Amino acid sequence: MPKDHGIGASSKRREDVRFLTGNGNYTDDINVAGQAYVHFLRSDVAHGRLTKVDTSAAAEMPGVIRVFTGADFEGVGGLPCGWQVTDKHGNPMQEPAHPVLAQGKVRHVGDPIAAIVAETPAQARNAAEAIEIDIEDLPAVIDMKAALQEGAPKVHDDLDNNLCYDWGFVEENKGAVDEAFSKAAHVTTLELVNQRLVANPMEPRVAVGDFNRSTGDSTLYTTSQNPHVIRLLMGAFVLGIPEHKLRVVAPDVGGGFGSKIFHYAEEAFCTFAAKALARPVKWTSSRSEAFISDAHGRDHVTKIELALDADNNFTALRTETYANMGAYLSTFAPSVPTWLHGTLMAGNYKTPLIYVNVKAVFTNTVPVDAYRGAGRPEATYQLERVVDKAARELGVDPIALRRQNFITEFPYATPVAVEYDTGDYNATMDKLLEMVDRDGFDARAAESAKSGKLRGFGVNTYIEACGIAPSALVGQLGARAGLYESATVRVNATGGLVVMTGSHSHGQGHETAFPQVVADMIGIPEDMVEVVHGDTANTPMGMGTYGSRSLAVGGSAIVRATEKIINKAKKIAAHLMEASEGDIELKDGQFTVAGTDKSVAWGDVTLAAYVPHNYPLEELEPGLEETAFYDPANFTYPAGAYACEVEVDPDTGKVEICSFAAADDFGNVVNPMIVEGQVHGGLAQGIGQALLEGAVYDSDGQLLTASYMDYAMPRADDVPSFQVDHSCSTPCTHNPLGVKGCGEAGAIGSPPAVVNAVVDALNRGGHNVTHIDMPLSPSRVWSAMNG
Amino acid sequence: MTQVTMTVNGKSVSGTVEGRTLLSEFLREGLRLTGTHVGCDTSQCGACVVHVNGNAVKSCTMLAAEAEGAEVRTIEGMADADGTLSTIQQAFQDHHGLQCGFCTPGMVMSAAALLSENPKPTEAEIRAYLEGNICRCTGYHNIVKAIMAASGQEASAVAAE
Repeated sequence: MPKDHGIGASSKRREDVRFLTGNGNYTDDINVAGQAYVHFLRSDVAHGRLTKVDTSAAAEMPGVIRVFTGADFEGVGGLPCGWQVTDKHGNPMQEPAHPVLAQGKVRHVGDPIAAIVAETPAQARNAAEAIEIDIEDLPAVIDMKAALQEGAPKVHDDLDNNLCYDWGFVEENKGAVDEAFSKAAHVTTLELVNQRLVANPMEPRVAVGDFNRSTGDSTLYTTSQNPHVIRLLMGAFVLGIPEHKLRVVAPDVGGGFGSKIFHYAEEAFCTFAAKALARPVKWTSSRSEAFISDAHGRDHVTKIELALDADNNFTALRTETYANMGAYLSTFAPSVPTWLHGTLMAGNYKTPLIYVNVKAVFTNTVPVDAYRGAGRPEATYQLERVVDKAARELGVDPIALRRQNFITEFPYATPVAVEYDTGDYNATMDKLLEMVDRDGFDARAAESAKSGKLRGFGVNTYIEACGIAPSALVGQLGARAGLYESATVRVNATGGLVVMTGSHSHGQGHETAFPQVVADMIGIPEDMVEVVHGDTANTPMGMGTYGSRSLAVGGSAIVRATEKIINKAKKIAAHLMEASEGDIELKDGQFTVAGTDKSVAWGDVTLAAYVPHNYPLEELEPGLEETAFYDPANFTYPAGAYACEVEVDPDTGKVEICSFAAADDFGNVVNPMIVEGQVHGGLAQGIGQALLEGAVYDSDGQLLTASYMDYAMPRADDVPSFQVDHSCSTPCTHNPLGVKGCGEAGAIGSPPAVVNAVVDALNRGGHNVTHIDMPLSPSRVWSAMNG
Repeated sequence: MTQVTMTVNGKSVSGTVEGRTLLSEFLREGLRLTGTHVGCDTSQCGACVVHVNGNAVKSCTMLAAEAEGAEVRTIEGMADADGTLSTIQQAFQDHHGLQCGFCTPGMVMSAAALLSENPKPTEAEIRAYLEGNICRCTGYHNIVKAIMAASGQEASAVAAE
């Protein structure tokens, strides 16, 4: 019998009502009295020297308040990078300046050159046409390997070259790995591209800056996944505003998928200009602008080699990856190809020796940073493709090869610095095979053949590191931030609670799931608990939502704060019942004294806390409000097995997904409905990557896929209905909820299943195809079949 | 500047607009009906779908002046007067057919138009009809389920369930 409330119940989402009735409060719905509007004039060339920016005519245009250029920001800090990677020689990465508005050079199409503030958006746009700009075109570097060649044009003149870092992991193991390869019975090699993607949350970014002349305080309303992080980065590193004079509000946010983690120039600009003009300044991105100003994702080119012994045991793994950083370092960009990717290269396998090399490269393209999964999809894709290829080369069953090499004992310390606390990879594989009817495949393939189609079956496993992360560990790895989470639980006199969290919800349903946890702990109805998030003025300093961390880290902080509340409430209850604190029990919202019939209700205790007429004031403060900061002991390690069945039309190369099944181990689950929804969404993004999506630059650095006319977003008829299961559960051993995180799994686990299935279909059809790079468009698949 | 008058959610409204003012802009900025969202600039995403004279229309692709005299219905006009959610809205909540909520108004308006044209659509018909509405969160699975349920069909009829 499914639970109907508390942890484990599919409580309906309370936030839905406002979204379904048009009463959401997204940033573009916020208008501040007297606001002006900014339009950014952006570079239309990928690389060039600014020789003239004349704003005099634009400044005279109707409605124009002021035109800003890079010169206005010379005394202002640049956009900071939050993660420093140390290269294989022990040197810090090359870290270029990232001005708010271009200074001297433009480095990608979309780089902002000038900002026109006017009375209306149309006037600001019109005036942009009147700015006179001369750009001396410079040759653009787009291809990563070309960018690293001797004499290649430099994206940043003051750096040595276009190499951000050359990272070796674990560098000390390289010799042993090479030796294992020299002794291998079989080596499988695969070169592949994990193509550049655009996150594309449906809500484009918006920023509204406001300045209070009376108090001298600044406020920024912004589409952010982590308002406290923006406040710290923008206040401390860009504008020099102390945090107590700066408030950042991220209200309802229409999706993020990573792209709204980062601190962007437009946020700093609106905050800066509001103060300079003593007027609120609003920017609303168009979708076309989003394509050339939101950080992109992925964009790795990899060679992976897997060594096996004569018994098909994996003995070593070696990879070389080129990771595109784009023209500047976005906030967390350096961490993605390194610590979020290299540390996952063991996957689900007990490969004893691993060496990962990553060369991060500057190019004249939009900056690249975390996008749903961030490094982990890239790791999973390489590994699960090369394992599949190895099985094909060796003529063994790809599932059997995986099972043979699965890690089966936990905790397990991988050779790439992380320790998996728990898992059961055979269990999720068993569950998956139960879901997909693999035995019936041949009959289905025969049916497909009747209509001239090739049918294929692909499977893969995945593991991810979520619940990001222990501060001490990420600090060693170069993070310039801690990665704890915070919660304040405020109990009101009449018993209702407000949970103020540093996490941010932009689709994940925190307003529903967090109360399920708190209500369960106290034994009261969920609707007595309200969640407040997204405003630095009324939430404790928290790191926000990304890396599938909100429940594992933020939820754990809520548990800790609620435990403090319960401990104090028990003391009050003991006083009210004249009993010993150790004898007080709390169940279903009632405090009782063990072994007696004495009881007081939750509401009696909360009232006593705020009306302390009969209260142990000498021992206890009045009030009932507690804050906790939770810093996890380890990452969490969700894992699972995914399967995809496809039909390929050999005449056109078109791939149709017939079925997709996902068996995940997320540990404990608070709201199964929400968890399944997260998996569905991730699967669609992963299938989108496998079949449809890709950001494409031409050799001059023009983005050819800069609108929904050209960038193929998955639509309702591009994806199937999904079979998802999360019944295989090995609860996380180190957080109080036993949860692991579910937000990214679908996007991490699904691309290799699709590609494995298509390669399988083609091979069954007699085509000796070992690999096709994503997206598997009809033309690529057809070309692979027809040489 | 032109004066336009239309009926929006049953109420007669008028305003002064530029020739280039889009219906979406008039609804959002002129009438402060901010439930209609704008997610792209190429008439692809469908977050801005409203009903004009009973037809689903992308309000970013229609000039406000073209709606002169029209009956317009937006997401704000979908629930009953007492705030009770319509069948479709309720089905979206019951089946978790929304996450961030940004595409939701357009999805609900498109779903309503579909069911008025085709009261018992198949899963394939629902998926084909929603071709002009992009959702980045749900993978469409639960949107399809919600629309099946709203049409009085078993949501479990969705293929993989």
